[in-house]
Amino acid sequence: MRLVKNIKQYFGEIFHAIRSLITGMKVTGYYFFHPKEIVTQQYPENRETLKMFDRFRGEVILIHDENNLHRCTGCSACEIACPNGTIEIINKKDVDPETGKSTKAIDKFVYHLSMCTFCNLCIIACPTDAIKMAQTFEHAVFDRSKLTKVLNNPGSKLMPGIRE
Amino acid sequence: MITDKTVLGSETQEYFINMGPQHPSTHGVLRLLLTLDGEIIRKVEPHMGYIHRSIEKMCEKDSYQQIVHLTDRMDYLSCHINNEAVCLTVEQGLQLEIPERVKVIRTIISELTRLSSHQLWWGVMGMDLGAITTFLYGFRDREMITDIFEETCGARLTMNYNVPGGLMFDIHPNFQKRTKDFISYFKTKLPEYKELLTGNVIFEERTKGIGYISKEDVISYGVTGPSGRGSGFSCDIRKHHPYSAYDRVQFKEILYEDGDSYARYMVRMDEMVESMHIIEQLIDNIPEGDYKAKTKAVIKLPAGEYYKRVETARGELGVYIISDNKKSPYRVKFRSPGFSNLSALDTMARGCKIADLVAMMSTLDLVIPDIDR
Repeated sequence: MRLVKNIKQYFGEIFHAIRSLITGMKVTGYYFFHPKEIVTQQYPENRETLKMFDRFRGEVILIHDENNLHRCTGCSACEIACPNGTIEIINKKDVDPETGKSTKAIDKFVYHLSMCTFCNLCIIACPTDAIKMAQTFEHAVFDRSKLTKVLNNPGSKLMPGIRE
Repeated sequence: MITDKTVLGSETQEYFINMGPQHPSTHGVLRLLLTLDGEIIRKVEPHMGYIHRSIEKMCEKDSYQQIVHLTDRMDYLSCHINNEAVCLTVEQGLQLEIPERVKVIRTIISELTRLSSHQLWWGVMGMDLGAITTFLYGFRDREMITDIFEETCGARLTMNYNVPGGLMFDIHPNFQKRTKDFISYFKTKLPEYKELLTGNVIFEERTKGIGYISKEDVISYGVTGPSGRGSGFSCDIRKHHPYSAYDRVQFKEILYEDGDSYARYMVRMDEMVESMHIIEQLIDNIPEGDYKAKTKAVIKLPAGEYYKRVETARGELGVYIISDNKKSPYRVKFRSPGFSNLSALDTMARGCKIADLVAMMSTLDLVIPDIDR
């Protein structure tokens, strides 16, 4: 009697094991015959159609309009807000040739991409909305020095009416 | 368990082996010094510090807004919950009234974070036991959550969506629709997880009765989260000390009494269902209002000590801040769940085979940057 029970249990376990393996294989088999449900993307090939979300944080950029004007007053609020010293703002004195009055303006807006943690605190801190996060994400370069960027375009000027 | 020293008439000797720091199944730079007798583990000594970045010390020079983004880098799989813990502590110090909208959104995103963490854990758990298929299935479903995060928070993993006083910006208009889509999608996919791994005979043989730890040991080591609840230790902070919007939702605290690897696995599987249940209750009832309470540009906490704890995907995270009324804290201490959970590994592993150690570590769900900070 006990022997029969043991044999029953022995084969029961084998059948249970085989059934559990088949249940798992059924799921795998379903996706094998339904290739439309595969979700992977062919990344470098789909560059044209690949669009990142608006809020995606790729890198900091300084917004310039078509007349090469930006909104940065050089107040250094972003530099203070940054936890890692990613942003360095070097200011200069602009002398107005007509009135002779000197005003503060940015000489260089230096951005060290290699140190940036993309925390978005600089964007929030900016009082004039001069900077924003771009959606670019292919940042790999062969030389580390290329990751230190000057964000203001050469010859760019402050948009009139921002400082007031 | 073999206790006899003499096998086949010959004398056996204990020996040491280093598992890690560069070992694929330790999920990071954790080094385990194993004392072995043949294949049987006699002792496990974890050696840490390979990814120590002194986050606690760095917090002492940062302002309270800047601390938040550092906690992303501790337990990166439950980063939103870490951020929330710091923000709750600062808000407690400032005695700030947080808008209801913020509380509900924080809770929804916390639960989404927990879901995505458990999905990744499930995939990796299967991979540790030799089933690469589960890894791909886990990441397939996790992708939908990271898309939700990317659209609303701006990043996929280190989101930094919380600021002291509220949220960085309001939720994206698509957030509710996407979250509802995900919940209805994942409800059809969760049974697949069970078919693929839970009932699998190889998986059951390798987890049932392996890595046992008693309820007493769990409490004395301070093991929390799903690992503690697998031994019947009722330790869910969301249930016992509700924060944010957890006091207004109905959910069960999952408890299993067995204390083995399989019980810890089942706790997480059932927690995914509960997380979806919590999100379903809140997603249609996000109150209108501000997404941020008004705070000063330079936050100074009144001098004193503040402590707040939250339930991350791995267990209890405590944030302890000592302030001396300056713009940065005097001392910050994080009580991370991974560190306490790892301390129980020795008790679990003694007497087991070395191959089962990988399964045990997987059910503890270790994240090494969380242990070292």
